[in-house]
Amino acid sequence: MSETEPLRQTPLYAKHVAHGGKIVPFAGYLLPVQYQAGVMKEHNAVREGVGLFDVSHMGEVLFTGADALANLQHLLCNDFSTLQDGRVRYSPMLNEQGGVIDDVLVYRYNALRYLMVVNAANRAKDVAHILAQQFGDVTIEDISDRIGQLALQGPKAQAVLETLVPAAQIPQKYYSFIDGVTVGGVTCLLSRTGYTGEDGFELYFAPQDGEALFDALLTAGEPFGLMLCGLGCRDTLRLEAAMPLYGHEMDDTVSPLETGLGMFVKLEREGFIGREALLGAGVPTRARIGLRITGRGIAREHFPVYAGDVLIGHITSGTHCPTVGPIAMALVSAAHTTPGESLLIEIRGAKVPAEIVPLPFYRRNKDAK
Amino acid sequence: MEIKTDRVYSASHEWVLFETETTATIGVTDFAQSELGDLVFVNLPQVGDAVTAGQPFADVESVKAVSDVYCPVSGTVSAINEALLSTPQMINENAYDAWFIKVENITDKSPLMDADAYRTLTGE
Repeated sequence: MSETEPLRQTPLYAKHVAHGGKIVPFAGYLLPVQYQAGVMKEHNAVREGVGLFDVSHMGEVLFTGADALANLQHLLCNDFSTLQDGRVRYSPMLNEQGGVIDDVLVYRYNALRYLMVVNAANRAKDVAHILAQQFGDVTIEDISDRIGQLALQGPKAQAVLETLVPAAQIPQKYYSFIDGVTVGGVTCLLSRTGYTGEDGFELYFAPQDGEALFDALLTAGEPFGLMLCGLGCRDTLRLEAAMPLYGHEMDDTVSPLETGLGMFVKLEREGFIGREALLGAGVPTRARIGLRITGRGIAREHFPVYAGDVLIGHITSGTHCPTVGPIAMALVSAAHTTPGESLLIEIRGAKVPAEIVPLPFYRRNKDAK
Repeated sequence: MEIKTDRVYSASHEWVLFETETTATIGVTDFAQSELGDLVFVNLPQVGDAVTAGQPFADVESVKAVSDVYCPVSGTVSAINEALLSTPQMINENAYDAWFIKVENITDKSPLMDADAYRTLTGE
């Protein structure tokens, strides 16, 4: 995305304005950072009830053809050979140096058709990389402008959907999806995924259907206390769940092993970009940790982290989170990962104490679903 | 957005309630708290600190960002509202009750406006 490119509206832009959303530029799009209720209430609605997010800025790249899987296996470090129809899998996408170009979700419709969902800010870079690597019998299409996306998140998300969709058409397993589901008269790909640490769904649809779907979900959600949610609480929710955010916990210079994504890197599998670099680099010298700020202050991205007088790394994300208080994630020397250890964060000139805590900061009670 | 007529306002969205010519209470406006969003952290100066008109004297943090609060007067801090340190959301709840500091020995002040002018500034 170039800085001079005009900001774009999602299919729900008019709805955000009509509902009092506070609009900010984000990844080239005009999106609500919050509505009138504010970040705290929106955050709590997702933890305790249900919230609705516009995530239409996300990019989608369609892979079709006999070599669709082979291309994905080359581009991505997770293993998609075992992915079944109707299932979703997460993966970093690496460069030759083993740094992270982006982190993506892959949806398998069938053996010949896959959808990759990418971060909006990386879309142009991703597509250029993917097309440069393309081989064999595959058609690769950036269909982002033909797809809108809403996220319905929270413990009551399923109950809201059940008022609109027959139970058999609601995906039951986390990271599974059903295509062609009619929700409030709108044809959707209905996916049980999300970026909040709660149960929930993401719905993909044609842009012209966005407003009708938005209204249907809003109306169906009303008896459940559904709250419209902005980017502000999307960030606090994902941070509490310790979900990494591209450009913060990782970028082109950070390896997925350093930032704690090793379980999504199948090093034993040959033939993916970045594998040689990761093998050559050996045991990571940096690690992603969780910090609870025990002194007075809020740690923000880029703030230096010290063990005593020694600079050991920097904050990658941090704020005061509604459910768990002042927390941060940091990328530090791998020698400092033991929960309980005290570190210092430099907050605008003052060194403020913090304690290493296990990640995630927040884990939902899955039995209570 | 509420704007009280008993006090004056700075262009950077602080309110000043003068008790005398040289003593005043200072806070941020309802407009400011609304723009800042849910506040989660406040830093205040200490009693006895010198403050300078047009310079930052406190900072407030919302979930997303840190913002400086500018002092509309020059003088000496005579009291701070310690309750804000533990309960920053008081500012969101009632910006005109949630004062930040009291200043004495005021020697200078920023250009300040009355409620009507401030209402015009904030487009109300």
